[in-house]
Amino acid sequence: MKVLAAMSGGVDSAVAAARAVDAGHEVVGVHLALSRMPGTLRTGSRGCCTIEDSRDAWRACEKLGIPFYTWDFSERFKEDVVDDFVAEYAAGRTPNPCMRCNERIKFAALLEKALALGFDAVCTGHYATVLRNGSGSLELHRAADWAKDQSYVLGVLTAEQLEHSMFPLAETPSKDLVRAEAAERGLSVAAKPDSHDICFIPDGDTRGWLNERIEMTEGDILDTEGNRLGSHPGAQAFTVGQRKGLSIGRPAPDGRPRFVLEVRPKDNTVVVGSKEMLAVDRVTGIRPSWAGAPLAEEATGEWFDCHLQVRAHGDPVPARARVERPGRADAAPQAHDAGTWVIELFEPLAGVAPGQTAVLYQGTRVLGQSTIDAAFNAARVA
Amino acid sequence: MTTSASGARVYLDHAATTALRPVALEAFTASARTLGNQSSLHQSGRGAKLRVETARDALAATLGAHPSEVVFTSGGTESDNLALKGLYWARRDRARAAGAPECHRIVLTGLEHHAVLDAATWLETHEGARLDFVPVHADGRVDLDAWRAALARDPETIAVSTLMWANNEIGTIQPIAEVAALAAEHGVPFHTDAVQAFGAVPLDFQASGATTMAVTGHKIGAPVGVGALLVRRDAALTPVLHGGGQERDIRSGTIPAALIEAFAAAATEAHAHLPAERERIGGLRNRLIDGIRELVPEARLTGAEDLDPLTGERLPAGTRRLPGNVHFVFPGCEGDSILFGLDMVGVEASTGSACSAGVPRPSHVLLALGTEEELARCVQRFSLGHTSGPADVEQVLSVLPDVHASALRAGLSGHDSRIKTANSQR
Repeated sequence: MKVLAAMSGGVDSAVAAARAVDAGHEVVGVHLALSRMPGTLRTGSRGCCTIEDSRDAWRACEKLGIPFYTWDFSERFKEDVVDDFVAEYAAGRTPNPCMRCNERIKFAALLEKALALGFDAVCTGHYATVLRNGSGSLELHRAADWAKDQSYVLGVLTAEQLEHSMFPLAETPSKDLVRAEAAERGLSVAAKPDSHDICFIPDGDTRGWLNERIEMTEGDILDTEGNRLGSHPGAQAFTVGQRKGLSIGRPAPDGRPRFVLEVRPKDNTVVVGSKEMLAVDRVTGIRPSWAGAPLAEEATGEWFDCHLQVRAHGDPVPARARVERPGRADAAPQAHDAGTWVIELFEPLAGVAPGQTAVLYQGTRVLGQSTIDAAFNAARVA
Repeated sequence: MTTSASGARVYLDHAATTALRPVALEAFTASARTLGNQSSLHQSGRGAKLRVETARDALAATLGAHPSEVVFTSGGTESDNLALKGLYWARRDRARAAGAPECHRIVLTGLEHHAVLDAATWLETHEGARLDFVPVHADGRVDLDAWRAALARDPETIAVSTLMWANNEIGTIQPIAEVAALAAEHGVPFHTDAVQAFGAVPLDFQASGATTMAVTGHKIGAPVGVGALLVRRDAALTPVLHGGGQERDIRSGTIPAALIEAFAAAATEAHAHLPAERERIGGLRNRLIDGIRELVPEARLTGAEDLDPLTGERLPAGTRRLPGNVHFVFPGCEGDSILFGLDMVGVEASTGSACSAGVPRPSHVLLALGTEEELARCVQRFSLGHTSGPADVEQVLSVLPDVHASALRAGLSGHDSRIKTANSQR
């Protein structure tokens, strides 16, 4: 196959590309320039598409004896990932930009360009497994190493996207082995630190970065009854589940800590309450997609058992889910109506915020994802 | 996958750098083996000095310059910086000392090489310069009426004027003699960046009327790391590098004798071959341009053509466009997609400009011509040189249709993609 290896300049994508070469594929390395100022040098330990990263990616390709190019996706990245990230926060939601980048950039814009230029697949250093099941359709599964598993951020990929994806690190039992392999292969990035945070926020200060981009005005902090408890500098500065930074004068009647339950940018208020009220037992998700072939229940609307995961490194929680298509009974069914997901949790989950992605699993298999638009707490609803 | 069917790579990026001439390599190795600093006063020093001065004579002879007008530098970028900053500071400071009005304007065009453009921008942000951009025609030739008007307006406030002899991206050759004469008429210093013109078209520094002229070695088959600024003997130039006072006190630094001798050897050979090469390379260029137009009718040649503007008759190559320059806009194809496709089949071309991380940028030259940003990304430059032959041109033409077709399919996927994703309907 002709394989385009997306090279971040890190150790994972370098080893992934090396394995693709070893597997006999015709591999070309491409570094994506995502920053609007691609010429900038790294500041601190983080940074994206800096000169160093581009250079590290290139050096790895030279080591592997494969051609290397840097392609500019900064405009698309800004529109689809950075602007979206700001807009989501401004609307009081909590987005996952890495997921968005996978969905819209790596496995859309880049993939499309690659296919047009004669490639068959895009290869990345993600830890996840794509396999073909007995009926011939593709499935996305967790990586062998659950600690490094990145299937969550790939849960947004559709069958079409998975068809052209290659994750050579899938079966590696641990990241240490990948580093050891990189060292053995003489790749200079073997000891390069992992990137953890959001690549376009160089100093890792997401709040400070957002504060510069979202206009904040002072507003009220309310309890669940609507009583005013204090004021805040701007509702968008808060995330569901947050405890710190709430300047509430009076202690709660029960003397226990209070958490952000809800962020309401429309009336610029933040609702707080006890930890118990934070526990969510039902969520609804919009714009669902299936990672490969949908379950049969997709069409029937019946309940199916699954596990719900709402953040990249969160634990999966047992749940059941169904696809709901309101109004379908009396209206002609729409061919592309993906419906809404209703997910009921068998164990309550804290800190679920609208905008987060709900990824559903069955065992190691990723079923698909939807964007959480509402989270419910039995105590509050009752 | 990285070579053509015949196994050899087709190098069509001579405007970036060209193959080292064997005479230059011989001159370099012979000289590099010889001990001596030309500033030393003993026999070895005198020996080095003689070799450098002989090289200076030879280089001056190829450029229509007096040997004392040759100031050796590290290359084109240094020469342009020295000219812009040196002329600016000297004239500004002289005006200040005389109590004359502030002399801080720089007259230039948006097509200039970054070595000129960024030096001028630096003078604007750090030294109070005012940049006076003169418009250019769609083919890149300077608007002479606008140039005349810019110079006529308070010429005592203009510190320096500058226009490149020939553009590195689109190959347009400027009417330097006329432009320099207009500057001279008002007593304004005029600098020209002749890095791309040198070796490709005849240059006569003294006849050009320029105050300073930048050239570099590696575009004519000398090693990278040596160039020259030609400086008229009556020009006042404030040095950028201070030190031992070499090169008329204008450019301090130990003289790299071996590089200079290699530079002179390359220049002498290029100069001797110029009339024949100009015609030969020009013929290859015309074949390539005609072939591309035939294969990709929607492709648009950028820059001036060697055609008589009135009669449309073909002019000798190098009259209005560099003999080795082919530069096209391929609508709907990102430059890096074409570059990739060509590189994969062993053809080496260029998208024009890239940032330090290697990202192709929309060309500032095309933007200065008024090209919209979308199209300014869709360019490809093929530059021919002394090692190019007909087989190179035919090889490009044979692979171009496929490369173009897939680049067109790849389209501008950096901006829009057709792959349907979970949230594409938002």
